[in-house]
Amino acid sequence: MLNGEMGRATQKAMEIIVALGDIYGAEELIEISSVQVAGVSYHNLGDAGLEFLNEFAEDGKVRVLTTLNPAGMDLEDWKKLAISEDFANKQKLVIDAFSKLGIITSCTCTPYLIGNLPRFREHVAWSESSAVTFVNSVIGARTNREGGPSALAAAIVGKTAAYGLHLDENRVPDVHVDVKAKLKSISDWGALGYSISKKAENKIPYITSIKRASIDDLKSFSASLVTYGAKPLFYIRNITPEKAKRPANKVTITQDDLNGAYKAINDEGEEIDFVSIGCPHASINEIAEVAKLLNGKKVKAEFWITTARQTKTLADSRGYTKMIEESGAKFACDTCLAVAPLKGRFKSVATNSAKGCFYARGTNQMKTKLGDVAKCVDAAVNGRWN
Amino acid sequence: MELIGRIIKKGKASGEALVTSQPISFFGGTDPDKGIVTEKGHELEGKSFVNKILVFPTGKGSTVGSYALYRLKKNNVAPLAIVNKECEPVVAVGAIISDIPCVDKIDISQISSGDKVEVEDGKVRIAKII
Repeated sequence: MLNGEMGRATQKAMEIIVALGDIYGAEELIEISSVQVAGVSYHNLGDAGLEFLNEFAEDGKVRVLTTLNPAGMDLEDWKKLAISEDFANKQKLVIDAFSKLGIITSCTCTPYLIGNLPRFREHVAWSESSAVTFVNSVIGARTNREGGPSALAAAIVGKTAAYGLHLDENRVPDVHVDVKAKLKSISDWGALGYSISKKAENKIPYITSIKRASIDDLKSFSASLVTYGAKPLFYIRNITPEKAKRPANKVTITQDDLNGAYKAINDEGEEIDFVSIGCPHASINEIAEVAKLLNGKKVKAEFWITTARQTKTLADSRGYTKMIEESGAKFACDTCLAVAPLKGRFKSVATNSAKGCFYARGTNQMKTKLGDVAKCVDAAVNGRWN
Repeated sequence: MELIGRIIKKGKASGEALVTSQPISFFGGTDPDKGIVTEKGHELEGKSFVNKILVFPTGKGSTVGSYALYRLKKNNVAPLAIVNKECEPVVAVGAIISDIPCVDKIDISQISSGDKVEVEDGKVRIAKII
């Protein structure tokens, strides 16, 4: 592969894998069963990224199941999201390049909900930090937090270098987090991720005193925890599958910590012109909840439900799509508030995603409000945060 | 003087060194069309690395930085080669996809801006300016 006998893309991909292995002191390459590729939005890639992907697509093909992260727009109905024609054309070229590489152009940050689901202890090479954290922790698969190009390289080679979270010795939790706060909603789980990150920066938490957690809760928690600075792996006693010893070093998360997280994330001001649910992409359960809350109401603010196209198909069949769209809210498939070109379009966003707040604030310079779904729907209907 | 490091990306280049003791973020910290460091308060702020051997301790910032290096190369304003103390994944991947010779594990304090430097497959030869 390194000598170019299998083509230029394969040669470069192998060079990337070997260089990363050298940098991190890997002793071998290991087979992987799937890849999730981030760096899909033209907003982040620019012409340079597009050119690079086209070069790779000339003679490159992925060797394992590979899915894509969200793009900068709904690939089918981008006009309703007020995306410019120029942007749409460029975004389509990006998707074409990925498609030519043999990648499933699913465009979701929750590939594990739509058919890319590794098993316990399986090695994979994923980017998209929330999905990396989810499969490492909730599933017990093994991946480092890859960047877009390194994930793509692993997909083309079918292997990755054995370092970091692929190895037992690097998966040992190093801080015991006892949670004394009540977790009532997905946004509470996001606030918990924030609180733990602040006390366990760049650490692997071992969490106790949590009795229940739904897949939606864990999806939100995975996103928030890694966004605010912890490593992309956590343990929750009696909930996550991998065995680990409780570390001696202990911190406690109290109700005050959780309230403090909300305070830190929420900006001043009451007016809301944008509401977004689905970071990470909404599951069918979350969509059902939004539909029931919106039923018979009209929204004042621009309201996006961001999800995988496959999940929206389920919503169509249950009548949720109709309930949601009749309120004036929109489905934004294939994209999200972190990667769509939203800078300057909205002043203040309400969302149930702590991760979403980080990107809305940092990348798109919006004011942010974090609350549960009912509060976000209320903000969309009234144009105000109450 | 010859220093021996680790090959990140093979290749040969020679030119004048531009040296900083601070990490560089190619995404957001450089101008992709002009080949200039733009990060506010950076030692090299406003300096061009076009046709230079860029010497810095390590990279920092988003993985999009790999694509930023590729864009510099396509715009013909990339550095001729990169010499690092400790190369991290963003710069390593960027150098590989852009065919920019890159070497690390080099004691970069031995190199000063203006030195004539030759990089070849992990070796760095330095001719001091007098």
